[in-house]
Amino acid sequence: MIQVSNLTKRYAGRTAVGGISFSVARGEIVGLLGPNGAGKSTTMRILSCFLPATSGTVRVAGFDVFHDSVEVRRRIGFMPENNPLYPEMRVREYLKFRARLKGLGWRRSRERVDTVMEQCGLTDVQRRIIGQLSKGYRQRVGLADALVHEPELIILDEPTIGLDPNQIRSVRQLIKSLAGNHTVLISTHILPEAEMMCSRMVIMFDGKILAADTPENLQKLMQGSSQIVAEIDAPSDDLRAAFSQLAGVGQFDVSAGADHFQRCALTPRDGQDLRPAVFMLACERGWKLRELTRSRHSLEDIYVQVTKPDEEEES
Amino acid sequence: MRIFGTLLRRELAAFFLSITGYVIIAAITLLLGLSFVVLIAGLGTDPFTTPVTEMFYSTFYFWLILLLATPVITMRLFALEKSSGTFETLMTTPVGDLQVVAAKFTAAVIFYMATWLPMLACLLVVRHFANQPGALDAGTVGGMYLGVFLTGCLFLSLGCFASAISRSQMAAAMISFVLGVSLFSLGFLAKSIPPTAQWQSRALSYFGLFDQMDDFARGVVDTRTVVFYAGATFFFLFLTLRVVESRRWK
Repeated sequence: MIQVSNLTKRYAGRTAVGGISFSVARGEIVGLLGPNGAGKSTTMRILSCFLPATSGTVRVAGFDVFHDSVEVRRRIGFMPENNPLYPEMRVREYLKFRARLKGLGWRRSRERVDTVMEQCGLTDVQRRIIGQLSKGYRQRVGLADALVHEPELIILDEPTIGLDPNQIRSVRQLIKSLAGNHTVLISTHILPEAEMMCSRMVIMFDGKILAADTPENLQKLMQGSSQIVAEIDAPSDDLRAAFSQLAGVGQFDVSAGADHFQRCALTPRDGQDLRPAVFMLACERGWKLRELTRSRHSLEDIYVQVTKPDEEEES
Repeated sequence: MRIFGTLLRRELAAFFLSITGYVIIAAITLLLGLSFVVLIAGLGTDPFTTPVTEMFYSTFYFWLILLLATPVITMRLFALEKSSGTFETLMTTPVGDLQVVAAKFTAAVIFYMATWLPMLACLLVVRHFANQPGALDAGTVGGMYLGVFLTGCLFLSLGCFASAISRSQMAAAMISFVLGVSLFSLGFLAKSIPPTAQWQSRALSYFGLFDQMDDFARGVVDTRTVVFYAGATFFFLFLTLRVVESRRWK
């Protein structure tokens, strides 16, 4: 659906996007992740034909964004950052206007406007003036606008920014429900959001792609160093002796916890899951086990690890 | 064409459904009313030699409307969309740059012409009380409105251009005011320098807004003037289009 190769965008004296390449398949929800100023919005603006690329090619649904700009624009629904709307228009009127602009006929636009208003929960506010709506509703108007012409590709730039947790949840659900029928590209700097919604993530930093994979694979990348924490009621020397003989244990640390329990932290040598082995050990020795967890690396760790070195270099 | 119609409707709605639109209409009606007062005073004292329509032009209120109202009408067109970000949502739909420029300009012209309608009422009042059907024939009124239309188009196209090159409405209004005043000063220059056969003088005479307006008010339509106004309008609209397109080559 999207093929980006060697995309570079330079503003006067500053490189916003430096030679990135990625592709998105039909029906995927892909998250463009990165701190502010990483080049996410610039990439999206180029994809939506608003800005030209300095070099490199971008193809959407097989059309070049520069040469076949109109064909590309027909196929995308774009919601820019901060979701700009005309505040003086009414919700229904605005969506109708946008549907007509996107080339829908009179009857078709009326049908689609009704459908997307239902989909986005706007039917109750359809006669209200956009400027008087709450931020959550406005965001939904923006989403409804992106959906109104049933585009193949939906590009949403920070769709949940500035919303309260309930609104964020409903927007996320709405986006998730689009998978399959539409290809969705979302930018965000909030990790759990990308983790929750996206089938694939592209992590950008300083105009470059640092990693691009599924959330699971990105986690797997990190699992080599994922720790096991167990709380066992046993003498610490016995525990140390047992762990040093346990296969697959790279490093371990035993420290006194509360109520006689020892808190043990084990690091596997080759990325295997140590939890069953620890459980079996406790069973054999008749030790009481009250906690056994693997500290699952969240994307936060990946994100911090991937983006941190550069930040340190900068400072 | 359908997209043009949709855009035009939205632009017109933005003019007529906003408080600014009515403030502009009120201001222009006030200025028209003032020039009407001047006209009535003139009718009371002087013998009737010039057409009524021309007397409207001879007051400086007319020029005030042209110089002050057109920047205010056009300042919003592009600058507001750029600063609020809606320009991005607009230009990422399958609309052509030409359609956008044409729709915005056409809406501005329609709104501008609508603000001139109260003058028609003034003229009808004169006609009714003057008891002199000859004082106001279709030719002079038509010529006058053609003059209002053509000069308005030129000043509005200046405003469109100014709005397209700036992000702030204030800056857009100031730029178009400066452009308008420059054009107006050229008109002054053309009037004050006696015409000679030299080409500079002849070129300058095309900018003689006052004389041209006098002609229009008398119902005289000079093709050269019409071509000049239309050409200048298209020139500035062309520049506007280029500015709108320019984001693609930056």
